[in-house]
Amino acid sequence: MLINLYDEGELVVLKYIFSFAWLDQGTTWILNRIGVDTGERFGGSIHFFIYDTIKILILLSMMVFIISYMRSYFSVERTKKILEKLGGFKAHVAASLLGIVTPFCSCSSVPLFIGFIEGGIPLGVTFSFLITSPIVNEAAFVILLGTFGPKIAGYYVVSGVVLGVIGGYIIHLLKLEKYVEEYVYQIKMGDTVIKTLSRRERIEFAKSNVKDIVGRIWKYLLIGIGIGALIHGWAPEEVLSKYAGPENPFAVLFATIIAIPLYSNAMGTIPIAEALINKGVGMGTAMAFMMATTALSLPEMILLRKVIKPKLITVFTIITGVGIIIVGYLFNMII
Amino acid sequence: MEIKVLGTGCKKCDDLYDNVIKALSQAGKEANVEKVEDIISIMSFGVMSSPALVIDGEVLIVGRVAQVEEIVNFLK
Repeated sequence: MLINLYDEGELVVLKYIFSFAWLDQGTTWILNRIGVDTGERFGGSIHFFIYDTIKILILLSMMVFIISYMRSYFSVERTKKILEKLGGFKAHVAASLLGIVTPFCSCSSVPLFIGFIEGGIPLGVTFSFLITSPIVNEAAFVILLGTFGPKIAGYYVVSGVVLGVIGGYIIHLLKLEKYVEEYVYQIKMGDTVIKTLSRRERIEFAKSNVKDIVGRIWKYLLIGIGIGALIHGWAPEEVLSKYAGPENPFAVLFATIIAIPLYSNAMGTIPIAEALINKGVGMGTAMAFMMATTALSLPEMILLRKVIKPKLITVFTIITGVGIIIVGYLFNMII
Repeated sequence: MEIKVLGTGCKKCDDLYDNVIKALSQAGKEANVEKVEDIISIMSFGVMSSPALVIDGEVLIVGRVAQVEEIVNFLK
């Protein structure tokens, strides 16, 4: 029997599952059964909290597993080998794209940086990788997918790549090699053995990533969703859209700056962003905030200080920060 | 046996170290376990993503926390 799954070019079943309409309706149904009116302020907040928590945790676990499994086919060592062979602008594009798929935690920034430079990969190309990789991370992608849908999540990925390519290219043009700590050029790396993983090891890798990421950010998500739920019910719409709406020219700038001292645990702030956007805060403002929390993290800058001098850290921060602000304004204009 | 856990001191590195200790007691073996946190020594093994596990000079695990059973297999 032929089942017509297509409706306006989209898979209806998948759309139903991923829109979480079932969860939305289910939560409403259960809350109504126990006498909570979801049309009310209080009921609306409770609904938002339960629905968002379950939705994001399901999405996060599932998608991080799938993404990690795919990522296990890549490794920093393999990425290095690929980039060593490329030159010119296309090396920046490749570095940025590989930054998406290569499993990499910012705690390994320093060995990665040294390894790339040691392998003769240009500084600018290394930065293309280092800018895109944290911005386009699985948790950020999944939370955006869950809260704003595939279109916004897609835009986010593309923006992350464009930022990495252009940011790295500017660093290349500025010829900043002298701001790398001298000892980096002296290090000789041992021969890298690239091991092929078995299927079981890949599954193990994906499972431990789910445990790691969900274990790390669930508390912040709950706090974020809790605050989001309050905003959902109580924050006055006129005030928010007046101060943080797309019309306020400083909203994006402010969002980017306050994001710097926050670490990727600020992922928990996305549900807050969702609630704010529903109340009239610009989408670009929320995006800029998210990019800045992941790309411009203070802990990563402190780590990078071990291999690059303050001036290069400053240049990197300014280029990435300005790029994020531009992306934020663009989004506020087009969405 | 010489076992080295490479890593710049992140939480995953400690997890891997703990798993190594557990694996040793499970396998009933003794070994010299050392945490290598110095970046230059880590790089000399050709490793760019931490944590990594090195047994008798051979890099066996890179960029992830190996499970206890997995390490027990390496010890045999």
